[in-house]
Amino acid sequence: MKFLTTNFLKCSVKACDISNLNFPLEYDGSKCKLVQNEDIEFQPEFLLNILDRIDWPAILQVAADLGNTSLPSQKPELHTNMDELNEEELVILRDLHTLLLQTSITEGEMRCRNCGHVYYIKNSIPNLLLPPHLA
Amino acid sequence: MTKYLLYMVQMHLNFRRAELESLADLFNIKINLDSYNEHSPFLIVDLDNEEQAKQLIQRSILCKAIYEYWGYGQNYPTLHQNIQNEPNFVQRRDSNKFKSFKFDFESFGGNHKKSLPEKIDTINQFKYLDFQGEIKLKDPQEIFTIIETYSMIDPQTSSNQTDGIYFGRLIQRSDRSSMDLYDLKKRPYKGTTSFESELSLISCNIAQVKPGTIMYDPFAGTGSFLVAGAHFDAFVLGTDIDGRMIRGTGKGSEHNMVDNFRYYKTESHFLDVMTMDFTHNSLRSNLPIDTILCDPPYGIRESIKVLGAKDPERFEGKENVVIDGEKAYLRKDYIPTKKPYSLDSLLDDLLKFASERLPIGGRLAFWMPTANDENVETIIPLHKNLELKYNCVQEFNKWSRRLLVYINRGDKYNGPENHGIKRSQTNFRDRYFTHFTK
Repeated sequence: MKFLTTNFLKCSVKACDISNLNFPLEYDGSKCKLVQNEDIEFQPEFLLNILDRIDWPAILQVAADLGNTSLPSQKPELHTNMDELNEEELVILRDLHTLLLQTSITEGEMRCRNCGHVYYIKNSIPNLLLPPHLA
Repeated sequence: MTKYLLYMVQMHLNFRRAELESLADLFNIKINLDSYNEHSPFLIVDLDNEEQAKQLIQRSILCKAIYEYWGYGQNYPTLHQNIQNEPNFVQRRDSNKFKSFKFDFESFGGNHKKSLPEKIDTINQFKYLDFQGEIKLKDPQEIFTIIETYSMIDPQTSSNQTDGIYFGRLIQRSDRSSMDLYDLKKRPYKGTTSFESELSLISCNIAQVKPGTIMYDPFAGTGSFLVAGAHFDAFVLGTDIDGRMIRGTGKGSEHNMVDNFRYYKTESHFLDVMTMDFTHNSLRSNLPIDTILCDPPYGIRESIKVLGAKDPERFEGKENVVIDGEKAYLRKDYIPTKKPYSLDSLLDDLLKFASERLPIGGRLAFWMPTANDENVETIIPLHKNLELKYNCVQEFNKWSRRLLVYINRGDKYNGPENHGIKRSQTNFRDRYFTHFTK
């Protein structure tokens, strides 16, 4: 599961939707195994497009869960047009690429900060299914 | 405006026009389809320039190619006359005068193959074009194409006399060859629910899957639509309630879904695939999704199931079961129970989800099978925010399946709606397994 996906996933329990603690899930840094896949190409256009949809505080939170506290506190403000990007902005996009797309959690646990339910990541695939009493 | 000749395949006619319209709309190209004829593989369209012609065709599956139109005749003498009578003939002839070139032959409706001397004979009739450039069979600058049509004398035999000839300069071949690249026979990881390559690529075109955007398949299975979406450079995200489909069952298959993306060299466009019940969706609700494309379960090869207990009494108190000091339901190896769900409810959920997550103008496309009963009306699911844009039917013997394509028009659209009612009078699964006899 890519780091980017942590920015998409909330708790599956419907009752948690009324709480703002159901996103992002809390990642157990001691149990998460991270892998870097450098084969994934740098695609600045997509990153620009996705940056718009990213919830930056959630990125900071999950990065901190996993031991990375070096990210800027504000979402980077970049030119939205590819052609206007300067060197500095491309460096930022490259860093984001490394974090969001090249970093994966292959094994691990994530927990809802509202209801406490624990979800597992096995073989890079997160499992968001629920037991009947929570469904 | 310049005239271009579209050469289409004479197949999947219910999808052909929808694909063409969707691609034109995707690239903001205005085309007039008044002379579109379902019975003909040819269509002459007026376009602003070559760039538009390329855009219109380059990702099409149901077109073969697009040509700059030079002329048409019912026989060769009239063809030559018409070519020379075209208003911009002289200018065209001169602008190609010193380019390297070759001639290509295509035929429609017959399997009449021209011998080499016949071909040379035919090419020599075009002497008036006065091309001075080098003839290059490999990588010429321009390819001039002669397309002959033949009609059928009876259902088995076609005439050996051509009854129409088009002539044009090749502008762009379509993406039709990709259906071989994605042929299921060669795919590393597949299953019984894998969707054939041709119609999965066509589905992406009609759904207007765009480069750099997010496409989601909530019933991903072995990932057929995800693979097709990644082919068109979308970033694809899939979920499925059945984790075995996603990771491969292990037994006899060493492959999984990611292997397909590696095989097609589109791994960079694969975001993730997750084990998730679509009706207990964990994608945060304010995440915009550009396109939704799927083939929901209909109970033939996979049953319709969602999270929850079929028999709640049996599961009462089970949340308190403890194994090795841990709550059983919080253990890594816990497998949750599932219960049957109705197709109508599932499709209602899908339409509602699409209306909430798609941007205005974004498309939802999904496949739905129906029995071909004469007296049973097929009721297409509708949502008040979604415009039903296409309903493309693929007929089989006793049943058919259709690609339903909706455009999100937002709250103000106020279209007809039919959720919450029982649309399917008969259970498709039951009808399928009784061979549609009752």
